[in-house]
Amino acid sequence: MPKDHGIGASSKRREDVRFLTGKGQYTDDINRPGQAFCYFLRSNVAHGTITSLDVSAARDAKGVVGVFTSKDLEGLGGIPCGWEVTDKDGAPMKEPKHPILAEGKVRHVGDPIVAIIADSLAAGRDAAELVELEIDELPAVVDMREAIKGGTVLHDVAPDNICYDWEFVAENKAAVDEAIRNAHHVTTLELVNNRLVPNAMEPRAAVGEYDAGRDEYTLWTTSQNPHVIRLLMGAFVLSIPEHKLRVVAPDVGGGFGSKIYHYAEEAFITWVSKRVGRPVKWNADRSEAFMSDAHGRDHVTKVELAMDQEGNFLALRSSTLANMGAYLSTFAPCIPTWLHGTLLAGNYKTPLIFTNVKAVFTNTVPVDAYRGAGRPEATYQLERTIDKAAREMGIDPVELRRRNFVKPDQYPYQTPVAVIYDTGNYDATLDKALELADVRGFAERKADSAARGKLRGLGIANYIEACGIAPSSLVGALGARAGLYEAATVRVNPTGNVSVFTGSHSHGQGHETTFAQVVADMLGCEEANVDIVHGDTSRIPFGMGTYGSRSLAVGGSAIVKSVEKIITKAKKIAAHLLEASEADITFANGQFTVAGTDKAIDWGSVALTAYVPHKYPIDDVEPGLEETSFYDPANFTYPAGTYVCEVEVDPDTGVVEVQSFVAADDFGNVVNPMIVEGQVHGGLAQGIGQAILEGCSYDENGQLLSASYMDYAMPRAADLPMFVVDHSCNTPCTHNPLGVKGCGEAGAIGSPPAIVNAVIDALSAHGVTHIDMPLTPRRVWEAIRAARN
Amino acid sequence: MTKVSMTVNGKAVSGDVEGRTLLVQFLREGLGLTGTHVGCDTSQCGACVVHVNGESVKACTIFALGCEGAEVRTIEGMANADGSLGVIQAAFQEHHGLQCGFCTPGMVMSAADLLSRNQNPTERDVREWLEGNICRCTGYHNIVKSIMAAAATLRGEQVAAE
Repeated sequence: MPKDHGIGASSKRREDVRFLTGKGQYTDDINRPGQAFCYFLRSNVAHGTITSLDVSAARDAKGVVGVFTSKDLEGLGGIPCGWEVTDKDGAPMKEPKHPILAEGKVRHVGDPIVAIIADSLAAGRDAAELVELEIDELPAVVDMREAIKGGTVLHDVAPDNICYDWEFVAENKAAVDEAIRNAHHVTTLELVNNRLVPNAMEPRAAVGEYDAGRDEYTLWTTSQNPHVIRLLMGAFVLSIPEHKLRVVAPDVGGGFGSKIYHYAEEAFITWVSKRVGRPVKWNADRSEAFMSDAHGRDHVTKVELAMDQEGNFLALRSSTLANMGAYLSTFAPCIPTWLHGTLLAGNYKTPLIFTNVKAVFTNTVPVDAYRGAGRPEATYQLERTIDKAAREMGIDPVELRRRNFVKPDQYPYQTPVAVIYDTGNYDATLDKALELADVRGFAERKADSAARGKLRGLGIANYIEACGIAPSSLVGALGARAGLYEAATVRVNPTGNVSVFTGSHSHGQGHETTFAQVVADMLGCEEANVDIVHGDTSRIPFGMGTYGSRSLAVGGSAIVKSVEKIITKAKKIAAHLLEASEADITFANGQFTVAGTDKAIDWGSVALTAYVPHKYPIDDVEPGLEETSFYDPANFTYPAGTYVCEVEVDPDTGVVEVQSFVAADDFGNVVNPMIVEGQVHGGLAQGIGQAILEGCSYDENGQLLSASYMDYAMPRAADLPMFVVDHSCNTPCTHNPLGVKGCGEAGAIGSPPAIVNAVIDALSAHGVTHIDMPLTPRRVWEAIRAARN
Repeated sequence: MTKVSMTVNGKAVSGDVEGRTLLVQFLREGLGLTGTHVGCDTSQCGACVVHVNGESVKACTIFALGCEGAEVRTIEGMANADGSLGVIQAAFQEHHGLQCGFCTPGMVMSAADLLSRNQNPTERDVREWLEGNICRCTGYHNIVKSIMAAAATLRGEQVAAE
């Protein structure tokens, strides 16, 4: 019988009611009295020098409040980067300035140049037509392989366009080279991890307001981490102290990473609200989002996997070019390094690993974390290479994987790439996925497809990810400029109901429900008596926000710590009221009882006493019942699993149809199965989108060709099957109090290689060994034709 | 500015609009009905779907003036008279058919139009009908389930909850 309450129950989401009735409060729904609107005039060329800029006619236009260029912003900082990666020779990465508005040069299509504040958005847009702007166009560089040759240079500080040249694990290099030289077989694969646009359905938006009477600013913004924005923007860009700056991330319509970062627009909106003396709103239109939201992925990689005669992995060597775009986004440098290189062991006991990553500036939108962030790239390389190796070695791809798995008796497992896996069972999820996918019936289904002229393929991929980001001391040593703990305040109100203030931010994940389940379970109360508050720096403690599948593992653990402190204090109060020793008090089902007696007192009486301390142990215990905790994880968590899918390819058209998709995940303990399954569904859709539909495309001049939903193929309902998801093979995390690992990114990490492996399986009889994503009909059709010829 | 009058969620409303004012702007900015969302500028995403004279319409693709005298229904008008969730809304909550909630109003309005035309849609019917509604969170799995369940409820069938 499934639970109907607390941890383990599929509690229905309380936040749904406001979203289903049109009562959500997204940033663009917020309107302030006297509000003006901002329109950004952006570069329509990828690279150039601004030779002339005259905004006087725009300033005089009807309805215009003010027109601003970089000259008006002198004294303000650039948009900061939050992670410093060190070059292989020990030098810090190249870190060019990222101005709020372009300073003399534009470096990508969409680079903002002029900001117009007007009484209406239409008036601002009309006035932009009056700006006299001349840009002397420079050659643009989009292809990373061209960029590293120098020639066209984006930033003087990086004459070869290389941000850093990183090696990991440097001490392994010679041993890896030797193992590859001497191996029985080496499988080599070159692949592209296609550039994606995160495309949260709510475009980015910001509303800024300055209260002159109190000298205080408020920014409402579409953020996954309002405190991080307040710190970065206040301390590094605008020089506004935290106590004079409130950042609110209200209901946020999806993020997937793209709303982690501090963006120029929100800094400008905050600053300009004081300058013009009115609240100011900016809301990106979709094309603007395409050319200004941080993009994801965009790696070009060569992988070599060395094996002995039995297919045991001996060594892995890879080299990657990782696109940074034109400027460094907040966390961009760590994605291809510490979130990618450290995952190259995958689920396998490869003893020697070495990777080289060159991060490259190009005339494109900045690239940063997108759902999975570095881990999808690592997983894709491994799982595609292993599939190719299996074919070359004549070993069944399942057997080759199984043979190299880290086994359950090897935990904690020290990988050769720094991280230590605490627990796992990869055979269990593999077996479960194969069973649910009815792999035994595949031959029959393949024959059936063939009878209809279709090619059917079966694809398998394992994945592991490092989530629950992250131990502060560890990431600090790796270059992070922030800690990555999470904070929670739990306030028991006088009549016993509970308000939880969390640094995590929910933008679709359902924290208001899940976190309440955890607290209700611990306190033995109704979930409805627990309220979750998030997203407003004036209400919540300083916390780091939501990304990297960290909210429950890190933010949830902070809540648990606070509730534990509450219970400890409440027991002291209960002991006093019951005239018993504190050691004899037990707490269960919302009741404090003196062990071995029928003396008891309920939760509400203890809570009330804490606030009405008439009969109270005032010398030992302060009044009130409120605790704040900061939880800094001891290790990453390591969700892992196996994905199996079947595709059907039409050899005449190249169209790929996903026939079935099975996901068997080990997320550790699960608080709300319904929500967890929903997270997997969404991740799978994004991963399948990457594999067969989505590709951000630039032409050789740096023009963004895919800047609308007419041109960028978002997965639609008809592109996807019903998914089969399972999370029964659980090995609870060993180092956080809930035993949870995180589930937000898995689907997007494991699914691209499963899909591509399936398509290559379908086409292998035609001699096709690899196709780069997205596997569009044209690419598939051309690959079949090329192989036939 | 031109005066426009219409009925929105059963209430007569009017306002002064420019010729270029879209219905979605009139609803959001003129009437404060912010449940209807704007997720793109090419009529692709469907976050702005409302009903005009009983049919689903993308409110970003029709001028407010073009709705003179029309009956308009938005997500704010979908709950039961007592304020409880309507059948389709309730099915979305029951089957976790929404995550961030941004595309949800359009999904519900679009689903309502489908179910008024086809009381017994197949899974394929639902998926094809949603061609003009993009969701980035759910992978559509639970949206399809929600709409199928709502259809069954509207037909008077019992649906097992999961």
